[in-house]
Amino acid sequence: MSGTTNVLLAGVGGQGVLLGSEVLAEVAALAGFEVKKSEVHGMAQRGGSVVSHLRLGAEVFSPLISRGAADYLVSFERLETLRYLDFLHAGSVVLVNNQQIAPLPVGVGKAVYPADIETRLQATGVRCSFVEGHAIALAAGNAKAVNAVILGALSAIMPFAPELWEEALRHQIPARLLDLNLRAFALGRGTREPPRVR
Amino acid sequence: MTSAALLSGNEAIARGAWEAGVDFATGYPGTPSTEILEVLATLPGPRCQWSVNEKVALEVGIGASWCGARVLVTMKHVGVNVAADPLFTLSYTGVRGGLVLVSADDPHLFSSQNEQDNRHYARFAKVPMLEPADSQEARDFTMRAFALSEEFDTPVMLRSVTRLSHAKGRVSFGTRSASPVEKRFTREPEKLVMVPEFGRRRHRLVEERTLKLVALAETSDLNREIPGRSGEPGIIAAGIAYQYAREAFPGASFLKLGMCWPLPRKRIEAFAARHERVIVVEELDPFLEEQIRSWGIAVEGASTRSLVGELNPTLVAEAWGGGAPPALACCPSDLPGRPPVLCPGCPHRGIFSLLKTRRVIVSGDIGCYTLAALPPLSALDTCLCMGASLGVAHGIERGLPPGERRQVVAVIGDGTFFHSGLTPLVDLVYNHAHTLTIVLDNRTTAMTGRQEHPGTGRTLAGEPSAEVSIAAIGRAMGIPEVVQTDAYDLPRLGAELDRLLATPGPALLVNRGACVLLTRAPHGPVLVVDPVKCDGCRRCLVVACPALALTGAGKEARAVVDPALCTGCGVCAAHCDRGAFSPLSGGPR
Repeated sequence: MSGTTNVLLAGVGGQGVLLGSEVLAEVAALAGFEVKKSEVHGMAQRGGSVVSHLRLGAEVFSPLISRGAADYLVSFERLETLRYLDFLHAGSVVLVNNQQIAPLPVGVGKAVYPADIETRLQATGVRCSFVEGHAIALAAGNAKAVNAVILGALSAIMPFAPELWEEALRHQIPARLLDLNLRAFALGRGTREPPRVR
Repeated sequence: MTSAALLSGNEAIARGAWEAGVDFATGYPGTPSTEILEVLATLPGPRCQWSVNEKVALEVGIGASWCGARVLVTMKHVGVNVAADPLFTLSYTGVRGGLVLVSADDPHLFSSQNEQDNRHYARFAKVPMLEPADSQEARDFTMRAFALSEEFDTPVMLRSVTRLSHAKGRVSFGTRSASPVEKRFTREPEKLVMVPEFGRRRHRLVEERTLKLVALAETSDLNREIPGRSGEPGIIAAGIAYQYAREAFPGASFLKLGMCWPLPRKRIEAFAARHERVIVVEELDPFLEEQIRSWGIAVEGASTRSLVGELNPTLVAEAWGGGAPPALACCPSDLPGRPPVLCPGCPHRGIFSLLKTRRVIVSGDIGCYTLAALPPLSALDTCLCMGASLGVAHGIERGLPPGERRQVVAVIGDGTFFHSGLTPLVDLVYNHAHTLTIVLDNRTTAMTGRQEHPGTGRTLAGEPSAEVSIAAIGRAMGIPEVVQTDAYDLPRLGAELDRLLATPGPALLVNRGACVLLTRAPHGPVLVVDPVKCDGCRRCLVVACPALALTGAGKEARAVVDPALCTGCGVCAAHCDRGAFSPLSGGPR
């Protein structure tokens, strides 16, 4: 498993997790890496939990990340972060979009949204940073650009040149939404808190 | 000229078929197979079309192949059950132009009703099966499959799984070449008319063909060895399981089977003889393992793994002692679940919220609306397979004791109705059943990503087509009560529902409302809840809308609408008897 970088992207159906992983895959490919990524369509997309596994390196076999082997966990929603703690290792970096989307059981009062997400993340001891994706996307012009904000924040902690990100965004985002997404990406890249042990 | 791109397994299969000069492609949408045809339809050259179901798709494909066309037929694993009838005899008749049948399996049932292992079909129908392990092989093996099909006069199955179909990897590809077979139909009853005498003769050829395919498997580069370090185990694997095993056992040697049926016995024996420890790593059933053991070869296999669900590198390492990184933390078990839900504004929500309050048994079917089985809607009592809602409802009526007065309702989507709802509808009319059939007509095949079907008036290629009327079908079958309703007009819908439930004899209700992902337009102004009128009774919450939630606790509890999600469909408001919902004035719409 050495020599590969593993990125797990998690979130809620409709947040643009899959487009986000698509952009990152293209960035990694443009940087010359072999890339594999895997995700699930269909039933899981109807507002359910969504997760995309992305692996890059000189040679990649499994499209799925092993437990304890995610170098980056990029979570588009607070609660979803906790579902993938078993993928973390001591050197993992966690990037959380600080947005709360209540699952239906919470909305109808049958379950409680956990209040101790930061505490549970801290307990793992991994580097963790939060980005205010929703607010930044609104500032960029549209709440739907939250995935571009998160990619911007991710770009600041991954070793890829900004030009590659921009090229991938230009390729993946429809022309009429490109300006908005580039703006959101830039804001996300600039406003991320520096990674630190929390 | 070669190029390269990141392609999903499905895109790569489409690419391979295109390069192989496929002339005609058909299938039925089903996760995880759907994108193969959708992608192929965007490429110039082949004629691509959705069939009404997998059986028809394969039959149409067979006809084209018998004229010399290279044909791709795609479906999900359970679709092959539907297509099994033509498949088993196609094995006898063979092909003219190459015919490749893609079976996209869904280990872990991400979006399916079972996780059957379709490798068994290859053995059962006596046809070769190729199993690519990544996107590159998906493209390469598809091309090989066409050539094999023509060389051995057999359909070739190409098996994918979710983790291949919906995984992306780098693929090198070339350009399209013309299919090699002359296009014409020639009479050849001994091959194409499967009456018993000709069938017997063809069966002999099938058995001979299998021996020839075994000989091919012994030498073909579809099966290959990857040497490892001495002292490490020898692993036999195919498809995606091979990738997980490479990850968990980096030092092992591998016999990677690109053709998982028929198997190369001599090659497997020789590989096993060279290793002290031989492991068969495979997902779901011990398909390879049982065959290999039957030859007296001692292998480790399924006894240390689960037969349920999909594999991954961690599970492979745990099952057979490979390397795995330690996990830093456990995944908490106390988190609220996030089940998939009907979209805000979904046209299915209203009818299920009404059915829930009637004393009826609801026999369901396959589609987005199966989600109505989940709480808080909990309005669907059975779901078996495509089109089963009508037959099962009819059967429940037959099985219930005579004194049982509950009405039985079959609920089926428009796409599913065209797939396999017509024959059970005829059956229940013919047999004097009283079942009320409700077609949830959302004008598309929604669950798989909004494909066209005979009721939409468009084809896969986007051409206008006959728009088949479900109501007219019902009338033509002689159903006395055929009613069409607006899915959002809950008062009328409730009244019709009660009237039809009280009327003896079969009835058909076509409840029409376009899928919100199709129109992407709001139904009306965003709704807002008046916190004074709302008394927190929770009655509206039954509609299970992601845009509707409860805030506050106890007597302070109030319903609240998320304006970012609300489409203004009004289904929640129809369940409020305090008039607490009203259009948001000066709202975003």
